[in-house]
Amino acid sequence: MENAKGKVLKYGDNVDTDVIIPARYLNSSDPAELALHCMEDIDKDFSKRMNKGDIIVATKNFGCGSSREHAPIAIKASGISCVIAETFARIFYRNAINIGLPIIECAEASREIEDGDEVEIDFNTGLIKDLTKGTSYQGQAFPEFMQKLIASGGLVNYINNNN
Amino acid sequence: MGMTMTQKILARAAGKESVKAGDLIMAKLDLVLGNDITSPVAIHEIEKMNVNGVFDKDKIALVPDHFVPNKDIKSAEHCKCVREFARKNDITNYFEVGEMGIEHALLPEKGLTVPGDVIIGADSHTCTYGALGAFSTGVGSTDMAAGMATGEAWFKVPSAIKFNLTGSLPSGVSGKDLILHIIGKIGVDGALYKSMEFAGPGVSALSMDDRFTIANMAIEAGGKNGIFPVDDKTIEYLNEHATRKYTVFEADEDAEYDEVIDIDLSMLRPTVSFPHLPENTHTIDEIHKDGDIKIDQVVIGSCTNGRISDMRIAAQILKGRHVAKGIRVIVIPATQAVYMQCLEEGLLKIFIESGCVVSTPTCGPCLGGYMGVLAAGEKCVSTTNRNFVGRMGHVDSEIYLASPSVAAASAVKGIISCVEDL
Repeated sequence: MENAKGKVLKYGDNVDTDVIIPARYLNSSDPAELALHCMEDIDKDFSKRMNKGDIIVATKNFGCGSSREHAPIAIKASGISCVIAETFARIFYRNAINIGLPIIECAEASREIEDGDEVEIDFNTGLIKDLTKGTSYQGQAFPEFMQKLIASGGLVNYINNNN
Repeated sequence: MGMTMTQKILARAAGKESVKAGDLIMAKLDLVLGNDITSPVAIHEIEKMNVNGVFDKDKIALVPDHFVPNKDIKSAEHCKCVREFARKNDITNYFEVGEMGIEHALLPEKGLTVPGDVIIGADSHTCTYGALGAFSTGVGSTDMAAGMATGEAWFKVPSAIKFNLTGSLPSGVSGKDLILHIIGKIGVDGALYKSMEFAGPGVSALSMDDRFTIANMAIEAGGKNGIFPVDDKTIEYLNEHATRKYTVFEADEDAEYDEVIDIDLSMLRPTVSFPHLPENTHTIDEIHKDGDIKIDQVVIGSCTNGRISDMRIAAQILKGRHVAKGIRVIVIPATQAVYMQCLEEGLLKIFIESGCVVSTPTCGPCLGGYMGVLAAGEKCVSTTNRNFVGRMGHVDSEIYLASPSVAAASAVKGIISCVEDL
């Protein structure tokens, strides 16, 4: 997997799936349409202030709440290259991997990295570098099968490629 | 080392003698569930897979319930997608409008969930069936698709927190107050990745409807599942609703728990979760001390509290009373059977005479879909399960989670209240 590199959009604890993609937009499952409303209820300028490749950093329990896969789909389709958090809610964690959205748990990075910092992530080693601050953090590295799964764009392509 | 109840169920489904926390296993599924929001995404995924149909047409349940009867054209298209998939694959347990109910109230009622089952559902409140001694957990649409195609899912075996219950609930206090109390105590990630196993002599004093409510909200503490032991009340419920054979599992006496939390049910008070997290709990006494909270709307229903005993509790309070001037009260029996029972017991008349509206079964307002969306600045007391920012409508609206008893009393008073205040 290639490294992720981008500007950080920073959030706090318990970012729930209702603010990631509000239910009023769940009458659609089109990724491009969901991306238009991504993070709208927690950061109404999200789609304006983010650029392709940017990174979301949040603290505890990111993605809690509903099982809607529309949440990681909206984040991925909006062009976010990775989400770093201290912990993820378990359904969100599974869904992100299954649809091929890179996510990484690292308590120290999630606390210290600030909004607007330039960050680079090496998925092979799990190393997170804050280029603005000149600091680095050791996140959990992805096992090889998960890297392949994410690289193939998710569980379905991965299953098909391996059959 | 012994196994927890959840671990024993997972070991059986994985064909293993034993499992321990942290093991990665592939388990056989007894039921795969989806609704009108999550199934279209899963159907799209399964169509991309190189598979021929579904693994077992009898072990899939498709329940359009979130935005039905169709709230708009896009929802209608989603429901059509689910309906056509169900027809094409001859899915036995597809429930059309007229026979559907809110999925987590409907499936136990139809006898589709029994003790010892391993169930996944593309809906976070799938953990509800733990009330019957099953392992059930919420997943996303891709997992649902893989489950429908293969009849299997991978799991990381969870560790557990044991809730040792003693005593019995005082009058006016319900299973909802207990689960809100627990979430307030351990936090919205207090059981992250873990099982919440309910045990102790207090369990026998809890009704099945209370157990459904409690297991239903395990996810609001981050739990992978919530589970109850099988006792006489469970068996009585199963005799009434289910015909499938089942296996009862019990936690080993030497099972290992991350933590044991003792709760004396008789000490609980009516409890309310304030905006914008279920962990922001306050007892009714604390609320009264801090001053009146005026409300605009009350919702009584959902997969958490839309069952017949919830309806009876609300009706008992509303009987002979009227909702406060200017308050909108929306009552939603969770299934057609509950609706019919309300009709036969005269509860619908009580609701309507007291100034409530009664809706056909739907998740509707719980997730801000329709049937009671809030405007900026409005406050709602709701028997639902989440009070996140914007959950029921405008980002500047507020949801107070409570029991049917507190919701009905608040409807009468126009401020957050309990039955003692009437």
